[in-house]
Amino acid sequence: MNLFISNANGEPIYQQIVTQFKAKIIAGELKEGDALPSMRLLAKELRISVITTKRAYEELEREGFIVSYTGKGSFVAAPNREFLKEQKLKETEEYLEKAVAAARSGGLSQAELLEMLRLLLEESV
Amino acid sequence: MQDALRLKGVSKQYRGFALKNVDITLPSGCIMGFIGENGAGKTTTIKLILDMIQRDGGSIEIFGEECSTMGREAWEKIGVVLDDCGFSEELTGFQVGSIMSGIYKSWSREKFESLLLSYHVDGKKKVKEYSRGMKMKLSLAVALAHGTKLLVLDEATSGLDPVAREELLESFQDFIQDEGHSIFISSHIISDLEKISDYITFIHKGKILFSEEKDVLLETHGIFHGTKAELAGFSEEALVGTREGAFGVEALVRRDKMPAGVLLDRAGLEDIMLFYSREEK
Repeated sequence: MNLFISNANGEPIYQQIVTQFKAKIIAGELKEGDALPSMRLLAKELRISVITTKRAYEELEREGFIVSYTGKGSFVAAPNREFLKEQKLKETEEYLEKAVAAARSGGLSQAELLEMLRLLLEESV
Repeated sequence: MQDALRLKGVSKQYRGFALKNVDITLPSGCIMGFIGENGAGKTTTIKLILDMIQRDGGSIEIFGEECSTMGREAWEKIGVVLDDCGFSEELTGFQVGSIMSGIYKSWSREKFESLLLSYHVDGKKKVKEYSRGMKMKLSLAVALAHGTKLLVLDEATSGLDPVAREELLESFQDFIQDEGHSIFISSHIISDLEKISDYITFIHKGKILFSEEKDVLLETHGIFHGTKAELAGFSEEALVGTREGAFGVEALVRRDKMPAGVLLDRAGLEDIMLFYSREEK
């Protein structure tokens, strides 16, 4: 399993860990019941502080991606499809909002924007 | 969890220098970086923690025990690395080990020798033949080879090359794999501490300016670049420190006190330290 921390990227380190674990869980690279590395080992390997990894795991737990048991460690939780879908929905909405704002500031018409979306959808199939 | 180290209202008066009301709490299982410029009081604080000098006031507890009345056994839980290694130059690494085995009841020869091996320090050579990095590693091996739970380091990484510093950082993180272990490390090489510390305590002219979770520090501060006029529009509270140049101003600001939408750069630990100390002058 690979994890990368970037200092150039303005995102806080704990957030980078959360994002990457989520992506792995959603993509199925990490499956239900799989053990995550211990917080201390992860901190050591990534050369970051323990509090940072602890915060990342707490965030993942709060969002329902993992479960932690004291003394045993953290494991990938049973997938919550509804939740994942909801997340993706929110994400899509966010990006579309940005696209609309960019189109407006560039003076694109609604028809042009819809056409663009249609083309992108066709291309990605 | 129990705190590894707790200083409350600690003070020490010297002629021309005073340590005032120092409060520091290091939770067990964590690494605290202790930063400050030369002469700020880092070594004085560490000497007070180790009960090497007498304090004028306040309390210092190590694992909940007042340090000035701690017994021998309690002291065995503390490993110390000071900035110079202090072992006789004529002894070999192994001889240093056998002397230490007579001092510490909980001394583990096995642990000591395996540490030297992993640090690539030849125990058959004399201390005077060691490089600075190897002396440091010998001190660290001694500090870790008895039932150590709290590691106290004073400028242990300064004067070392980046490769040796990286190796030391790795062994610190090895040590901290046990969540009952803690590290208190002073250094002015901020980049080392920026990586691995959980907490940062900044001392300036004998006073603690902040003692905070590192992530919180980094997240709540930002660097603003702009004009003097723009700066005047921000609230007093938002500004930690400013620097005026011929081509504009730079300021360390608190993100939560800033109006929304102002573009801020990420503030590094070094920026935070510089701006805070400049403001105090």
